[in-house]
Amino acid sequence: MKTKMSIPQRIWAYIKGNPIVVMMVLVSLVVGCTIKNFFSLNNFNVLMGNTTIRFLIALGVSGCLITKGTDLSAGRQAALAATLTGVMVQRADYASRLFSWMPEMNMWVVLLIVIAIGAVIGTVTGTIISYLKVPPFIATLGIQTIVYGFNLIYTNAQPIGGFSQPFKDFFNWKILAFGEFKGFSGYILFALLFGLLFWFIYNKTTHGKYMYAIGGNENAAEVSGVNVRRSLTTIYMIAGMMYAFAGFLMTGKSGGASASMGVSYELEAIAGCTIGGVSTTGGIGTVGGILVGVLVFELLKIIMQFMGVDPNYNYIVQGLVVITAVAMDIRKYVAKK
Amino acid sequence: MNEYRLEMRGVCKSFPGVKALDHAQLCLRPGKVHALMGENGAGKSTLMKCMFGIYSMDEGEVIYEGQKVSIKDPLEALKMGIAMVHQELQPIPARTIGENIFLGRYPMKKFLGIIPVVDHEKMYTDTEALLKKVRMDFDPRQMLGELSVSQMQSVEIAKAVSANCKVLILDEPTSSLTSNEVEALFRIIEDLKAEGVAIVYISHKMDEILRISDEVTIMRDGQYIGTWDCAGLTTDFIISKMVGRELTNLFPERHNVPGEVVFEVENFTSINPRSFRNVNFNVRKGEILGVAGLVGAQRTELMEGLFGIRSHTTGTIRYQGKELTIKRPKDAIDQGIAMLTEDRRATGIMGVLSIADNISIASLKQYLDYGFILNNKKIEELVQDNIKKMNTKTPSSKTQIKSLSGGNQQKVLIGRWLANNPDVLILDEPTRGIDVGAKYEIYCIIEELARSGKSIIMISSEMAELIGMSDRIMVMCDGRVTGFIDGKDANQENIMELATQFEAV
Repeated sequence: MKTKMSIPQRIWAYIKGNPIVVMMVLVSLVVGCTIKNFFSLNNFNVLMGNTTIRFLIALGVSGCLITKGTDLSAGRQAALAATLTGVMVQRADYASRLFSWMPEMNMWVVLLIVIAIGAVIGTVTGTIISYLKVPPFIATLGIQTIVYGFNLIYTNAQPIGGFSQPFKDFFNWKILAFGEFKGFSGYILFALLFGLLFWFIYNKTTHGKYMYAIGGNENAAEVSGVNVRRSLTTIYMIAGMMYAFAGFLMTGKSGGASASMGVSYELEAIAGCTIGGVSTTGGIGTVGGILVGVLVFELLKIIMQFMGVDPNYNYIVQGLVVITAVAMDIRKYVAKK
Repeated sequence: MNEYRLEMRGVCKSFPGVKALDHAQLCLRPGKVHALMGENGAGKSTLMKCMFGIYSMDEGEVIYEGQKVSIKDPLEALKMGIAMVHQELQPIPARTIGENIFLGRYPMKKFLGIIPVVDHEKMYTDTEALLKKVRMDFDPRQMLGELSVSQMQSVEIAKAVSANCKVLILDEPTSSLTSNEVEALFRIIEDLKAEGVAIVYISHKMDEILRISDEVTIMRDGQYIGTWDCAGLTTDFIISKMVGRELTNLFPERHNVPGEVVFEVENFTSINPRSFRNVNFNVRKGEILGVAGLVGAQRTELMEGLFGIRSHTTGTIRYQGKELTIKRPKDAIDQGIAMLTEDRRATGIMGVLSIADNISIASLKQYLDYGFILNNKKIEELVQDNIKKMNTKTPSSKTQIKSLSGGNQQKVLIGRWLANNPDVLILDEPTRGIDVGAKYEIYCIIEELARSGKSIIMISSEMAELIGMSDRIMVMCDGRVTGFIDGKDANQENIMELATQFEAV
């Protein structure tokens, strides 16, 4: 039987297993205690807003990673959903509307439409990967540029603004506000909702079990009666829907949309997943881990901002963190010999 | 004092949750073949990996030619003259035989007197000489991928020989060889013995051990049991030492009663003209049908065709008179057919997943609440039940399957299909690479399944197993069924006769 560990032993085991997470918590404590306004509601809301969008994309990508694939089109797909949302929620009386023939639409209908479009793109990607057997790296790289091209063409590479009032109001939505307390940003609810939904899918449905099985050994899964092609297609379809939802939030959050949004979001998502323990060799990964991974990554960015680091240095630091995370993940297996 | 070439004493090695080696020892004399025996999970491979520097030992010492040494990695082992032919080959198919042999230590020359480059000429001449030494007649420039598995094995041995080794470890070298190839291997071993190489020979095949080895060391549960001179040993004695008790029967008594014909295959032909063709056979309810044949008889291909892993052009499959349409494994499973595939690692286990996940994967649909929520509690009950029934040795149901021994992995995989409760169960080499004790347990399970009315089709390359377990034996040769023999009348001779009925070209 499994040996029971005492609580201090378990804490130590977590520290040893997740050095990056522990380091980030310590650094943020230090920064929080030395720099004013770090521990503030405003900063918390900024962090949550950023984290939610990255988390939704990371959830989408996680299925691809667990099945030994990847999705490099995530950022561009989110940008397409962002501009589509923008176009559809423009005020009817806004002078430079892109499609003047379009009626002013209810934002929830808009959300459904962009998610449906995301599902279609994801299904196409998944079909290319599972039926045409194109390696995910290449297939999603192709989709990435196709989506970007399409996005540039139909928006004329112009930014989109002038959104309807209900749409703007919704994104100022705060929860738990009373009296002096201004409340938390509503994004946090989406993160929770989708976190729970994905936890459910990954642990309580055949789809989730099949996903881990395919990551563990695709041939064995097929021989055990898993319809590998259909499962893979579904995974990329769900991913597409998640990017679309994230794109919708991106438009709302920034109050504008353009084709140039979402650059390298897929890499941040992949990095978040990896830091959170999704194994690059397939078959391993949890929703809780992904959330922690994404949170750590966003925390890192905010800390650097507070410390007054030139944002351009972000790229270098992020790159180093990702490489370190994967190197440590691999070491877990190497060390076992 | 230096009677041994290499001694390992008091070797201990633990993995999380398991003590793999507990004061194991092994002493090798020059010019002798030393058989290392034990059940799966007894620690043979772990001990060898410690010797070869793949694992580091927790405790214990290695004395090599009278000197105490510590071997940190395989490269160091090779430099000292210890070579190992692994159970699972790791060839690079798209490179030539020569490059595979000299990988990592290519002979070099100076281009223009200064730039070091690979000396291909020398590499291929040396390869030719080496291949001659192991009595293999290949072109050293041939791609390795064009060779058969057994030929690749010979190349692997040539590679070990090329290191001018003084100790050679052969880990189950004959598991994929035909009897002719085994003879060739034995001749090579004799040559090496004459040169004074100390050879460790790991195998489960008793007749081979008794024929080729000089000494036998037996291990059980990571412990050293003893070393004996091979002359005068009997199979029974070795088995009793390996399992720690007297094994009276190699096979269980069979009480299954074959009933009416339920599973019929007619005129089944592959899309590959060189594979199975015009196959007709049937299986009765509660019958164990053995499938015999030489390597290349297309037995596995036929079964994979029936199960939907491979495609067929013509042919019908019927269960209880109803025609089945099988395009992929899922179709077969949905219609009550299960198949334990031959290659555990490639198409069986899902290594990083837990035992629970590996057992339940094929039968998850039975455990849905409201049609879409998995009832994890019921699944865990199934898993626990399965582990108990199969007598699987594991620390917990959450353990990753890759950390179990081969025999226990196989039990989990059979358990996967038991959970699914199929009508027809195809077993492709169900006891390959499994120790005697676990074999007996698996035979009992097969018998029990047949008794409960399931139809069993069992491919095996072990004659004793086929004869001991089958109600009927179907023999194949070169893609065709060449005949059926009743289990009671079967013997090596009449099986071999049918297995070698090649068509005149």
